[in-house]
Amino acid sequence: MHNLTIAELIKGLRNKDFTSVELTRHYLDRIKRLDANYNSFVTVTEDIALAQAKAADERLAQGDAPALCGVPIAHKDIFCTDGVRTSCGSKMLDNFVPPYDATVVENYRKAGAVMLGKVNMDEFAMGSSNETSFYGPVKNPWDTNCVPGGSSGGSAAAVAAQLAPGATATDTGGSIRQPASLCGLTGLKPTYGRVSRWGMIAFASSLDQAGPMTRTAEDAAIMLNAMASFDDKDSTCVDEPLCDYTASLNDSLQGLRIGVPKEYFSEGLQPETAERVQAAIKEFEKMGAEIKEISLPHTSLAVPAYYVIAPAECSANLSRFDGVRYGHRCENPKDLNDLYKRSRGEAFGEEVKRRILVGAYALSAGYYDAYYRKAQQVRRLIKQDFVDAFNDVDVIMGPTATAPAFAFGSKGDDPVAMYLEDIYTIATNLAGLPGLSIPCGLVDSKPVGLQLISNFFDEAKLLNAAHQFQQVTDHHQQTAPALD
Amino acid sequence: MEWETVIGLEVHVQLATDTKIFSGASTAFGSAPNTQACAIDLAMPGTLPVPNEKAFRYAIMFGLAIDADIGKRSVFERKNYFYPDLPKGYQTTQLDEPIVGPGHVEIQLSDGSTKSIRIHHAHLEEDAGKSLHEGDFGGMGHGMSGIDLNRAGTPLIEIVSEPDMRNAEEAVTFARKLHSIVSSLGICDGEMSQGSMRFDVNISVRPKGTETLGTRTETKNLNSFKFMEDCIALEVERQIDVLEEGGEIIQETRLYNGDTKVARSMRSKEEANDYRYFPCPDLLPVEIDDDYIEDIRKQLPELPDARQARFVEQYGLSEYDAGILAADAATAQYFETTTEACNDAKLAANWIMGDLSAKLNADEKTINDSPVAATALAGLIVRIKDNTISNKIAKQVFEHMWKGEGEADSIIDAKGLKQMSDTGELEKIVDDVIASKPKEVANYLGEEDPKKRKKMMGAFMGPIMAATKGQANPGMVNQILSKKLNEQG
Repeated sequence: MHNLTIAELIKGLRNKDFTSVELTRHYLDRIKRLDANYNSFVTVTEDIALAQAKAADERLAQGDAPALCGVPIAHKDIFCTDGVRTSCGSKMLDNFVPPYDATVVENYRKAGAVMLGKVNMDEFAMGSSNETSFYGPVKNPWDTNCVPGGSSGGSAAAVAAQLAPGATATDTGGSIRQPASLCGLTGLKPTYGRVSRWGMIAFASSLDQAGPMTRTAEDAAIMLNAMASFDDKDSTCVDEPLCDYTASLNDSLQGLRIGVPKEYFSEGLQPETAERVQAAIKEFEKMGAEIKEISLPHTSLAVPAYYVIAPAECSANLSRFDGVRYGHRCENPKDLNDLYKRSRGEAFGEEVKRRILVGAYALSAGYYDAYYRKAQQVRRLIKQDFVDAFNDVDVIMGPTATAPAFAFGSKGDDPVAMYLEDIYTIATNLAGLPGLSIPCGLVDSKPVGLQLISNFFDEAKLLNAAHQFQQVTDHHQQTAPALD
Repeated sequence: MEWETVIGLEVHVQLATDTKIFSGASTAFGSAPNTQACAIDLAMPGTLPVPNEKAFRYAIMFGLAIDADIGKRSVFERKNYFYPDLPKGYQTTQLDEPIVGPGHVEIQLSDGSTKSIRIHHAHLEEDAGKSLHEGDFGGMGHGMSGIDLNRAGTPLIEIVSEPDMRNAEEAVTFARKLHSIVSSLGICDGEMSQGSMRFDVNISVRPKGTETLGTRTETKNLNSFKFMEDCIALEVERQIDVLEEGGEIIQETRLYNGDTKVARSMRSKEEANDYRYFPCPDLLPVEIDDDYIEDIRKQLPELPDARQARFVEQYGLSEYDAGILAADAATAQYFETTTEACNDAKLAANWIMGDLSAKLNADEKTINDSPVAATALAGLIVRIKDNTISNKIAKQVFEHMWKGEGEADSIIDAKGLKQMSDTGELEKIVDDVIASKPKEVANYLGEEDPKKRKKMMGAFMGPIMAATKGQANPGMVNQILSKKLNEQG
């Protein structure tokens, strides 16, 4: 059953090929047997999953079941879950049990999905390798000596190891697309404002966006249907009409205008990865798309601008973790300052501390104009690059990451090398655009991804293009070596 | 050397919205600690702010009332600092793009002159919670502090004046005028003792005739006009002493204890936080269009200045009386209700500004919780007008009414305070008194000057009033007495 896609599971449940309880037990059993190899789950919610599966089977029997009824999924541990510990990968929240659900979690519950558990992630979503988690690194199912990417490494590994057919994830600078690329999955970061951020623990509020991680574009469309909503609890949510993202999956790509930014094939890109990406773009040409080279001239400024804006926002967002109301509190504080210093000092990891310090510095008196204001100006230029490009093309394509998954510790000492992992993904977060990564081949037996970027709220176009690609290629059907 | 004082005010006004500025929790005062703090107010992970439209409306109403520009684009910023009663570790406030731009407030001083105080801007922000230290509450052990987040997220406007005031009177008059404006608009309940309005006073002095501003200090969180007046006097004296002794004023934040009348330094400029302001990414800039503003302008209630002019026009009050009665909406309402019910604006005004106001002050009550309602006061005034009781007896009746003993009529009946207007009975008393005072009668008759005669009648009035236990109608007694005295000659 774990070989089936979400679309196939939905059919199977409705055909009564298997029940949701059987399906859920099957995945729970796989997690129990196999996850020690990957460390993808932080919390397995077996009781909740079985209760939800039982309820789903009853609804399926009544015939009024919503789309995802009975389909098991995993939630990134950044989404608050009512009554279930939500750690955000940090010692700070190791003891935190929210009394509310994130809107994303609520949406999936309403759509009938079954929650298998909460999956691992870089601490507070800060990282590109899943090495910063308080719960230990997640291993890439394709090669357990390699990282799964980050920060949604737990989501990626769980789906790639077929411990869940799909998972929720979040993307602030590439945290859905880069792990999707490194784990051979389809990962979609929707337009900023498409999915509610309520109950999703903030890293950088103006960049964070939730999205699905699945094995196919069709599954991503099914998951996005449930995930996207307008939510008046999130002031940055956009009241854009919802659509059925599966409806246009089979549209023809004849005449689709594809822009290939020359800046995305710069010297940092591994040649073999570049080849796979170029070959994939050729496939689109065969399907009738027009390919043209474009320029996004401010591409090289995206990483530096991002590493001012994201830390600046996180420096304020993480101030609430002060040991006063919830989360980690140090033993026997001498006074208020001691309480703050030790609670935060003990519970935040190195990367989180680094970013808080960078952000506080960039906002401090005398530096604001040189860093934060300048970065915001750059951000506008980057967005303008895309606005200009979309005058001439429908979809932009290029690599998701510079290379396939790298070995643990290989970038550990050099934060800047790690930051450059997101060189192709960060600009879309700064612009607020949707981006999708799909597998486009293997390099050294490890997957690499093709990134597709479209105009605002044009997720349907991305999913259509990706689905059509997956009808004529089989990269997405390649699976990580089975360990059982 | 002669010194000139320069004062500017920063005024925090709690807006009278039902719910908080970024959450749906209630803003009601006085509930058990932490019962009015929801997940957003507690800054639980993943929670997000949603702006309260009413807070914007109220801020715009204030802006229109002071003839200010309304910010068409209003941006919230994060002001970062750690404190246990600030759950997010930052205050959501406004900096460069506030809701209310420059405006002005007119004040009337006791010498009859007027002055315009410029408003630099007013911005929307959230209030913090309260830290309760030992002694503030029972039940906590030694060295423990408690945090009550009920107030966290209560909407405020912070009104920032230009340094246009030159003495305590101007500052206090300005503060009272702001109180009058926000309570007339109904955007603040005006309850100073509950912290609904709090004043930060910036004070500096300079040699009279010079232009450069001296180094200022800021005394924070004054919540009474009296404290403000005392604190200004104290701080001005301190600064002049320091300067005259050759010292320098240190730019600092100070605290003033109104009960002990002692001020102390809280922190110097060097210790001040770097607040690292930046636009709040959870809240988009709010665009306010002209129609929205005009709609609010049309619905603005009557403002104190307009009301004062109307009271002069409509009720024939003096500028001074009208100014006092029009200053706050509650007093104005009380006055108009009383006047309507007793049909005598002058008497209503005198009673409200006299006996009622003295009682309210003595008992530290506001007019809203006066034990004597406007219609009840009118009932008393009616009995003065129809000669049932004298003004003097009315004061006694009012005392009883204040104690909650009932309406004027029932007190007059129960206590037998009705004025004696029976001519026959009065004539008999007057006759008896005249008969008992032959010497005074002779003196009276020997006097030619009518003015002096009138004065001499006092010798008879006292005993007559005593004989009637003060219930004789003084006008009638006067009439009968002068007739009978003249008959003696």
